Amino acid sequence: MEPVVRIASRTVVLPADNVDTDQIIPARFLTGTRTDGLGDSLFADWRRDGAGELRPDFPLNRPEAQGARILVAGANFGCGSSREHAPWALTDYGFAAVVSPSIADIFKGNAVRNGLVPVEIAPSAHRELLARPGTEIVIDVEAGTVSLPDGGSARFELPPFARRCLLTGRGPLDFLLEREPAILRYEQGHDDVAAAR
Amino acid sequence: MTAESPRTLFDKIWDAHEAVPAGPDHPAVIYVDTHLIHEVTSPQAFALLRERGLRVRRPDRTWATVDHSIPTRFVEGRPAFLNRATRNQVETLERNCEEHGIPLYRMGDPGQGIVHVIGPELGLTQPGRTIVCGDSHTSTHGAFGAWAFGIGTTEVAQVLATQCLLQERPRTLGIEISGRLGAGVSAKDLILGVIRRFGVAAGRGHVIEYRGAAVRALDMEARLTLCNMSIEAGARAGLIAPDETTFEYLEGKEHVPSGDGFADLVARWSRLPTDEDAAFDRLLSFDAGSLEPMVTWGTNPGMSCGISEAVPAPADAGERAALDYMGIEAGRPLLGRPADVVFIGSCTNARISDLRAAARVLAGRRTNPATQLLVVPGSAKVRRQAEAEGLDEVFRSAGAEWRAPGCSMCIAMNGDRLSPKELAVSTSNRNFEGRQGPGGRTVLASPVTAAASALAGAVADPRPFLQD
Ligand code: SF4
Repeated sequence: MEPVVRIASRTVVLPADNVDTDQIIPARFLTGTRTDGLGDSLFADWRRDGAGELRPDFPLNRPEAQGARILVAGANFGCGSSREHAPWALTDYGFAAVVSPSIADIFKGNAVRNGLVPVEIAPSAHRELLARPGTEIVIDVEAGTVSLPDGGSARFELPPFARRCLLTGRGPLDFLLEREPAILRYEQGHDDVAAAR
Repeated sequence: MTAESPRTLFDKIWDAHEAVPAGPDHPAVIYVDTHLIHEVTSPQAFALLRERGLRVRRPDRTWATVDHSIPTRFVEGRPAFLNRATRNQVETLERNCEEHGIPLYRMGDPGQGIVHVIGPELGLTQPGRTIVCGDSHTSTHGAFGAWAFGIGTTEVAQVLATQCLLQERPRTLGIEISGRLGAGVSAKDLILGVIRRFGVAAGRGHVIEYRGAAVRALDMEARLTLCNMSIEAGARAGLIAPDETTFEYLEGKEHVPSGDGFADLVARWSRLPTDEDAAFDRLLSFDAGSLEPMVTWGTNPGMSCGISEAVPAPADAGERAALDYMGIEAGRPLLGRPADVVFIGSCTNARISDLRAAARVLAGRRTNPATQLLVVPGSAKVRRQAEAEGLDEVFRSAGAEWRAPGCSMCIAMNGDRLSPKELAVSTSNRNFEGRQGPGGRTVLASPVTAAASALAGAVADPRPFLQD
């Protein structure tokens, strides 16, 4: 995972609330055994019509959206299934951050572990971004700020550990592996754990 | 928090599983008692282990099954895989389990089934445990007073390698449910009613504890249905305190000790329920007495109404888009809306009590010829039990297809799926756009409502069919 410190990009706006992971990547694209190559299936049933042709009116398909790395989405983004294929598809497509007033719990964690920045901002700031698709903004992961079209900025919170994961590119696995002695001590101190061996 | 201060059920489980408490710059390290894996969200986790040269730390705490993408039909005795990719997922899991010494319930094995159906059946799901799986409906297992939640694939790798996860402590949400469910109204209707009332994001950042007389009155399988859809209310986990109902269900299960061992466990489990003065971060209450059978009319599980109620006028653009997608008109009930398919299955409603309830409606009757009825048992064990009771005959004579266990049309990965614009009355848990096939439309309902709809060939009220 590459460190993510600062993202400067135009936005793509997908205003619907409650976008679930079945929309982000429909289940029929989950039959692989790899994490790459899923960008093509991102929002598959919204991006393409029944014949597989791109729908020109879908926000991601508009010419001005090409190359944009920040997705501005509605509330409760990423609800539904725990499939990590959702952040895999978003990052493979080219997104580096999702901005929303609220992001679903499992998706938020999955995003961080894949270097996709989950940015939860206040509804007023969010409305500004919704109103100005394609605007150029900067997300500063270290400072926890998003620049707004009117020149102001909005704050967003990340748990300290999640922030460090993003800034360093080092995920929780390394942290856990280093805690092996404590984990072993825990197991030895819990008879039911030991009994299951 | 000291041991003396009153604690919730969740607090007690959390406290007992902190291998490393949270520090200023890291969340707590939580020990995982039971890890369940399946073919769709595990291959990339094993690949990561391989890449890093890591072993599975506790294969004895890990159990695998195949469910999501497997066929539920056999052609000439052979499983009819949708394509090479789905077959490859199953074979990949078989290789990974063999390499790491993980017990696997294969297709055709008497213990195989949907991961959230077999956990309780085998007695792997026990009160006070931490249980995780790369699947959001892991919340199901909370019915036993376990803290069970869905995780992503990178976390699957973490648990495989270290048996632990880093967790920010969630807040607690108590939902107090009073009243008695009426005739023909089930736990499915109850959870749909709760989600309608409080919304699909109500539980975000929380674990739910379902409490109150209406919850105590539910049998174990109904409790599983209730906790199953906690994730549809936005919560990763939903718990019910263990009680006599729980202990009775567990006694004699394969992975549950017997005799003194069982008595010791019961003594320990009995200390788990929330202490009297313990505080929840948030409390909500709900009256189950006024519910009627519920159906969804939209594209998220909060968009529902009572079966005789008119579909409400759309309150915003999202609801308008949902009605549009569903081809449903607001202002009148869904009753009578033709159903192309009725699907009775999934980890929400494919246990033996669900099949018995559906069979009671279908017995001696025929489904409408325009409607396909698919009955997919949740596990091989459920299937055997149903066959022993002759339920398969009831289903077949009613005109249903009786399938092999798996997720099937709940997620439509295996080829069991709707065609565009087809409408299914389904006992599963998600009515998202395309969930049961691209362009397909899903009406979520209980097993009896689904069965009644199969007879009518349209969304139907089950209650008239339940009068003896
Ligand atoms: S039955 Fe449906 S919801 Fe349950 S585990 Fe399978 S796919 Fe997921």
